[in-house]
Amino acid sequence: MKYIYYPGCSLKSTGKLYEESLLAVFDALGIEYEELKDWNCCGATAYMAVDEKKAFVLAARNIALAEQQFKDEEEVNIVAPCSACYMILLKTQKFLEDNPEDMAVIKAALKESGLDYKAKAKIRHPIDVFINDIGEQEIAKRITKPLKGIRVASYYGCQTVRPYSTFDDQRNPVTMDKLFKAAGAEVVDWTMKTRCCGASLTGTIQEVALPLSYIILHEAKKRRADVVTTACSLCQFNLECYQTNIDKKFKTDTKIDVIYFTQLLGLALGLEPKKLGINRLFAKPENLFRIMEGGKPVYV
Amino acid sequence: MFNSNGNGTPKIGFYVCHCGHNIASMVDVEEVQKFASTLPGVVVSRDYKYMCSDPGQELIQKDIKELGLNRIVVASCSPLLHEHTFRVAAEKAGLNPYYFHMVNIRESVSWVHTDKLSATQKAKALTRAAIQRVFFHKPLEKKSVPVNPDVLIVGGGISGITAALTIANAGKHVYLVEREPTIGGHMAMFDKTFPTLDCAACILTPKMSAVKSHPNITLWTYSEVEKVEGFVGNYKVNIKRKPRYVIEELCVGCMECIDACIYKEAKYPDEFNQKLSKRKPIYIPFPQATPQVVLFDPETCIDFKSHRCKKTCIESCDRKAIDLKQVPEYKEINVGTVILTTGFKTYDAELSPQYGYGKYPNVYTSLEVERLVNASGPTAGEVVTKDGKKPKSVGIIHCVGSRDQKAHKWCSKVCCMYSLKLAHLIKEHTGAQVYNFYIDMRTPGKGYEEFYDKLMTEGVHFVRGRVSEVTDWALVPEEENKLTIRVEDTLIGVVRRVPVDMVVLAVGLEPRVDAGDIRRMFNISCSNEGWFLERHPKLAPVSTFTDGIFIAGACQGPKDIPDSVAQAGAAAAEVLSLISAGSIELEPNTASINEKFCSGCKSCIPICPYSAISFNDGTQKAVINEALCKGCGTCVAACPSGSIIQNLFEDDQIFSEIDGLLKFADIELEEMEAEHA
Amino acid sequence: MDKKSVFAESFALDNAAKDIVEIRRRIKYESELDKSFRDKIAKSAHGEKLYGCIQCGTCSAACPVSHYMDYTPRKIIQMVREGFKEEVLTSSTVWLCASCYACTVECPKGIKITDVMYALKRESILGNYYPKKSPASILANNFFNQVLNNGRNSEGPLLVKMYLKTNPFMLFKNMALGFKLWIRGRISLKTERIKDKKALKKLLQSVEDKSIYKAEVNSPALKEASAV
Repeated sequence: MKYIYYPGCSLKSTGKLYEESLLAVFDALGIEYEELKDWNCCGATAYMAVDEKKAFVLAARNIALAEQQFKDEEEVNIVAPCSACYMILLKTQKFLEDNPEDMAVIKAALKESGLDYKAKAKIRHPIDVFINDIGEQEIAKRITKPLKGIRVASYYGCQTVRPYSTFDDQRNPVTMDKLFKAAGAEVVDWTMKTRCCGASLTGTIQEVALPLSYIILHEAKKRRADVVTTACSLCQFNLECYQTNIDKKFKTDTKIDVIYFTQLLGLALGLEPKKLGINRLFAKPENLFRIMEGGKPVYV
Repeated sequence: MFNSNGNGTPKIGFYVCHCGHNIASMVDVEEVQKFASTLPGVVVSRDYKYMCSDPGQELIQKDIKELGLNRIVVASCSPLLHEHTFRVAAEKAGLNPYYFHMVNIRESVSWVHTDKLSATQKAKALTRAAIQRVFFHKPLEKKSVPVNPDVLIVGGGISGITAALTIANAGKHVYLVEREPTIGGHMAMFDKTFPTLDCAACILTPKMSAVKSHPNITLWTYSEVEKVEGFVGNYKVNIKRKPRYVIEELCVGCMECIDACIYKEAKYPDEFNQKLSKRKPIYIPFPQATPQVVLFDPETCIDFKSHRCKKTCIESCDRKAIDLKQVPEYKEINVGTVILTTGFKTYDAELSPQYGYGKYPNVYTSLEVERLVNASGPTAGEVVTKDGKKPKSVGIIHCVGSRDQKAHKWCSKVCCMYSLKLAHLIKEHTGAQVYNFYIDMRTPGKGYEEFYDKLMTEGVHFVRGRVSEVTDWALVPEEENKLTIRVEDTLIGVVRRVPVDMVVLAVGLEPRVDAGDIRRMFNISCSNEGWFLERHPKLAPVSTFTDGIFIAGACQGPKDIPDSVAQAGAAAAEVLSLISAGSIELEPNTASINEKFCSGCKSCIPICPYSAISFNDGTQKAVINEALCKGCGTCVAACPSGSIIQNLFEDDQIFSEIDGLLKFADIELEEMEAEHA
Repeated sequence: MDKKSVFAESFALDNAAKDIVEIRRRIKYESELDKSFRDKIAKSAHGEKLYGCIQCGTCSAACPVSHYMDYTPRKIIQMVREGFKEEVLTSSTVWLCASCYACTVECPKGIKITDVMYALKRESILGNYYPKKSPASILANNFFNQVLNNGRNSEGPLLVKMYLKTNPFMLFKNMALGFKLWIRGRISLKTERIKDKKALKKLLQSVEDKSIYKAEVNSPALKEASAV
């Protein structure tokens, strides 16, 4: 099966390393994909706050574009790695299904610009694809550098499993844990998996956002995690790049490796760190590399 | 077309009811009355404010006598409510009650329409159909069948026990069937009862032993109903008695076999103690279990698994009561009436994972805490956490699984009160700070609000807010190694994090898992939620839609002990009323076979839901047992040769009714066309 | 580290308020309430379930930022239902909502509280109630314009513009962070665009809800948003 890859704005900028590692893992697992041609902004959070209908049109345009691009394929599976994009595409589909009047308006508008919204495409998160299409066993077979001795705290953030997605539990998701167990790691049982990291407020109201990130990082360290894996570009940026600000504010030490789940999976599949965008992280994941080579962590 | 059916030329009286404003506000009753007076056969047509009132009924009776009416049609409410009323009225005036027919212009017309003109037209159409129908009505006679005075009660909780004792004391025989090894139900697990705080065992166990020793009660514990056949007054029930591997008549409950078991330590989870303690493969659920008879759990007994046990238990029993080769015993009984008192189960707290049940050891369900505070429970009444310490702070979370669209929408009614009781008991046993997290405090009931007052003066904390989560992560030092409850104190408008040592989940009540199977077996209905459905929520709360089957207690909906006991008494009274009457009249709307046309194809036999049809090998024709037939009409529709006739639903009656409806439609169409022209 | 500081942080706003003794009128007259407000918001949030709220506070407890809000989400629902329009639309609550959907998942009555917050954000912008120096509302507006014009969002220019409008000092403060991102190729000041900008703009304008726009002609935010 071939997938349509919808990067969204952030995977082309702050989340560039997410894109690099995701596509490298796709290649390594033999997953075929095509990037969505002439995609536009998904219409996420901020847009919904100003004009809802336009936000739905933006999302619907992407879905319609995908359906057009894959018109000869049996199924249209859109892979949306960014949580906000993933959620908003799902939300749009659900909203239009429940509100036939709006569906008619939006269909007509898209028709004007030569697009046909069929509402047939399936919106998929990469974790969903790895677990349900490829399977843990298949992935386990391809692991060349098992993550032995590494304690992974998988972190989904808010919009990956809430409120529309169905591939995992909304309160205590476990798919990422399955993935890393298959890659030979130990997984940390913690309650922070879907707790908001505050990213959408870090840029605007930092005094509210930083404590949220602090709670997550502090808890990960307390549960003796070696690495926090994220599935959202805002989360990764927020949890990694603000560590020094957090430490200064709370007079603490939250230093812990925070990387994309695709980066860690890529390393386990034996891919070059550079191909996985590891060099784009703020700090080299020192602990991770040390433990993978059988050594002791530097910062605890 | 006028068929007099041996009653002379049809003389029809038509009466339309205003039902106050219920009908008259949406249907022009005067118009309907005038319309009816023009129809063939109608001798008198009247409208009246309340036809069901005494003057209304007298109106009909007077007309029957003075005008010689021989057919009556009343257009009013649903036949479910007043068909019986009018039939009796007609009968009193000397008319066979089946010459009466009812038109429903309230539930089917005025309550469901918003346009008065169309509603009136519809009422007229239904009126015409009914008037054409009664031409073909025939006089029918009710049949009566005797009622077997024996009673079956299913479920030996407080409801079943109460009903059994009431009926047995009246001198009637009761079979009490209980699935578990002992009677007592949920009440036997409780320590105290609200709001009086009297000891549950003290008030329950005397009743349990009264059941055991009552000459009019046959008590079958560890038994299940397998099959039910028959009809009101005459049910045949098959019961399976599961093997206890102990001969009940010989065992005296000395429990020496338990001591003698080769397992020196108890090692299997004790179901009665909510798995908070251990038992041996041979056990008795609790000290006052009734009957006082031990039983084996074949799942855990070595001898059942390997046949290589030394069988020290058998050696120890000098009454030779142990029989490891015991097989299930099957009983067949005949009873006239049945009371279902099968109770409830508590909500599975693991389905609300945000509260951490099953994940954090010190999150308990309320039923578990009932056992903890009980002197005969797993800790002999000590309230301690899993690590054996007395909790310094305890949070009780209300509405777990209740008032929640993701779980159950209903309020479970008893949780507020039992949470107050547990708060009191926990505080009394431990001196801990106890918090109640509630959405709304519901304490309607005698002495209930006073109990709430008492708890408040005892210093229990009341925080109005539904808890969003119970977690083990600490934000501040006071939360380290505690369970933290996050909640909005909605009366203040501030979010709070309350660290506690123990969390109690006030789980709601839900129907038993197999309530659906029981329902089908006894042919009664369930509400959407799965509770057994009463015949009328206000006026027939313990009756069901199947005659002779009654319900009581929490199988009908969440209920506390006083309400359950009251319902059990009500059900017992209903049963005794049937038994006293000695016989019951059956509605004559049954089906019968016209042997001349029956081809003997047998296709009606398997489809009858009441097993009322059999085959006569001699005549090679089907035969319907009128006492079993409920008049559902299934066989009538299925018979390929049209040889089955159903009283009150004969072909000419139905065709004439349809004809009446269609004729009206024709007239309406003509009128419309004329208007357009 | 001293964990108390996080605790103190949670109550910082309350403590600050303590220093000022303020006399405020705490009575509301019916004539001061906007009775049509609840229907308007319920319609805008695609759900009349708003009326089914039992005020249990699960939303506030599940919300990770509710302790910073001037009114908790539960209070907002009640205030919307009873027509406290001014208070709701000028509150910090709507702009603190990070759209994490925790409340929506936990609500026992199935109310989509996040969507109610979105509806309130829109209403606050349309009616010109939003806090003028609030970065959250400025960001939303800038984001809106950028996508309307270019089809895509460019994080660099977006943030620079927001800081200039709200708090230029923050721009300076975050310069080092920006530089770190820039040398790692994770941010640029270039504006991203799709190929057919004009067609997209036409598409977006074709679904404009004219009725809303006409009703609130005086909203500068809208003028800014639609004036291109």
